[in-house]
Amino acid sequence: MSENAIYAESLTKRFGSFTAVDHISFSVAKGEIFGFLGANGAGKTTAMRMLCGLSRPTSGRAVVAGVDISRRPEDVKRHIGYMSQKFSLYDDLTVSENITLFAGIYGMKEKDIARKSRDMLTRLGLYGERDTLVASLPLGWKQKLAFSSAVFHEPAVVFLDEPTGGVDPVTRRQFWRMIYEAAERGITVFVTTHYMDEAEYCHRVSIMVDGHISAMGTPSGLKAEYGAGSMDEVFYILARGARRSE
Amino acid sequence: MTLRFLIRKELKQFVRNQFLPKLIIVFPVMIMLVIPWIVNMDIRNIRLSIVDQDGSSTSEKLIQRLEASSYFILTDVTHSYREALRELELGGTDAVVEIPKYFEQSLISGEQAPLQISINAVNQTKGALGSNYLSAVCSDFYADNFQTSSGTSGGAPAVPRISISVLNKFNPLMDYKIYMIPAYMVIVIILLGGFLPALNIVGEKEKGTIEQINITPVRKTTFIFAKLIPYWVLGILVLSVCMLLAWLVYGLSPGKGIWTVYLFSVLFIFAISGFGLTVSNYSDTMQQAMFVMFFFILIFMLMSGLLTPISSMPRWAQILTWLNPPRYFIEMLRGVYLQGCTLADLGTQLLALLGFDAFFGTWAVLSYRKTA
Repeated sequence: MSENAIYAESLTKRFGSFTAVDHISFSVAKGEIFGFLGANGAGKTTAMRMLCGLSRPTSGRAVVAGVDISRRPEDVKRHIGYMSQKFSLYDDLTVSENITLFAGIYGMKEKDIARKSRDMLTRLGLYGERDTLVASLPLGWKQKLAFSSAVFHEPAVVFLDEPTGGVDPVTRRQFWRMIYEAAERGITVFVTTHYMDEAEYCHRVSIMVDGHISAMGTPSGLKAEYGAGSMDEVFYILARGARRSE
Repeated sequence: MTLRFLIRKELKQFVRNQFLPKLIIVFPVMIMLVIPWIVNMDIRNIRLSIVDQDGSSTSEKLIQRLEASSYFILTDVTHSYREALRELELGGTDAVVEIPKYFEQSLISGEQAPLQISINAVNQTKGALGSNYLSAVCSDFYADNFQTSSGTSGGAPAVPRISISVLNKFNPLMDYKIYMIPAYMVIVIILLGGFLPALNIVGEKEKGTIEQINITPVRKTTFIFAKLIPYWVLGILVLSVCMLLAWLVYGLSPGKGIWTVYLFSVLFIFAISGFGLTVSNYSDTMQQAMFVMFFFILIFMLMSGLLTPISSMPRWAQILTWLNPPRYFIEMLRGVYLQGCTLADLGTQLLALLGFDAFFGTWAVLSYRKTA
């Protein structure tokens, strides 16, 4: 179990009589890119919010980066990064102010932040924009910046909730290159997406339907199991049976 | 230290806001310079009808005297009380003075000469003050014209007259402005120090940026203090502007009590901003936070003794005011500004505000939820 970055067992979340996440169990190995797929309303975001310590599980257990999420949600937060589908850097702060703020919250020293953010922005090609308000950046740049900011403090696990929503194919490709680089540095990536071509990039995927995990495995393994030519078909076969949708 | 990064963020966001930096200048200037001249309890321009049944030279003189007063505007002089009363009922005039027949004759022969005053008392303050002014003018008139002459003629036995001279302490000219200016400062601080924090956290909820903060290991206390401290600074700045204006324009200064004022302000702003943040934590939308704040701020102000004295409230309401933080701040500010109170006189108020600080500070931290 110590090899696992994420370990969930019967993780459940109920809102009143509605069971958003229904006894899901899975594990993600260190350095793995884990795709967490599912139709809208299948419970992906709820599950992810529990793993991040933003939402308390109704029952079940999960350990993220060696920390129990129900017992010590604040300690989990020390070891993770998070990027949500709703772009959530501060629009009214500049690029470098945003990075400095979040790095500062994670306890990095101002000198280290300055050096590291210079390197990071140069790599992204955003160094010239360091004093630009984030509000005036194009969406693709914002997403890349948000991702870089989420892994800036070198977390053990980074959670990405539909990180490439509304982004053009070229930027998406660049985005995935960044994800691979992060994984190579040993950061475990937990990503939700609606793009099935992106699912193919993952080491392993799970597909959630109506709060349950209906299938889990490598993309090639799943395609073989369901006799499908692409992940798109696999998803279609599984999601067709869904009763809930938004 | 994390707090430093967060405070820097709050200040930058504040300065970059299109509206707020202007607000903190315009708001105190408006309230301190304009409102005191508009909101005034002195009643002027009372419209007056006179019914002159006597038509004598004395009644003529009385009419002239009333007309000369700056409090009244003479609308008409008639002979029919019924007509004048009708006019009062229709709202064309505020008061009717009826001078009866044989008014002059009665006065000269030293008999009683009753005058009747009818006044519209829908606004009871205006009614009460108006009839006071009218009686005062009439008795002055009587004293000037008849008291002396009857004294010299020696016909009637001298009536001992009690002369009361009133010495108004602390506000010798009974200027309503002077009384209200400390109160206006309190209003400015309550509105800025209460509303801005109330809209702040919920604003981050609406934008979704709070999520990015909740996902970090930032401590709740640190986060709340980073939100509070900028409003503290802001409140003290705004208060200083208000105090400067009060001194420059109205000649009011707290004298040596200035440090007492600052000490209390620091405590009060903390309490009211802590309250604002608490409301913000419980709200899901800015609109909701706004309405909840309106509700409480209105009650805070009306029950603080700011507009009407607490001592004339019903007993149960007086007890409720103990739970009202602005009450103590207003008592302090009026005490220091108008009576020269020192810290030694304000022990109760100090302790009360410290209590509210502890209460709202703790509540603001506890009500901030990083994990749903």
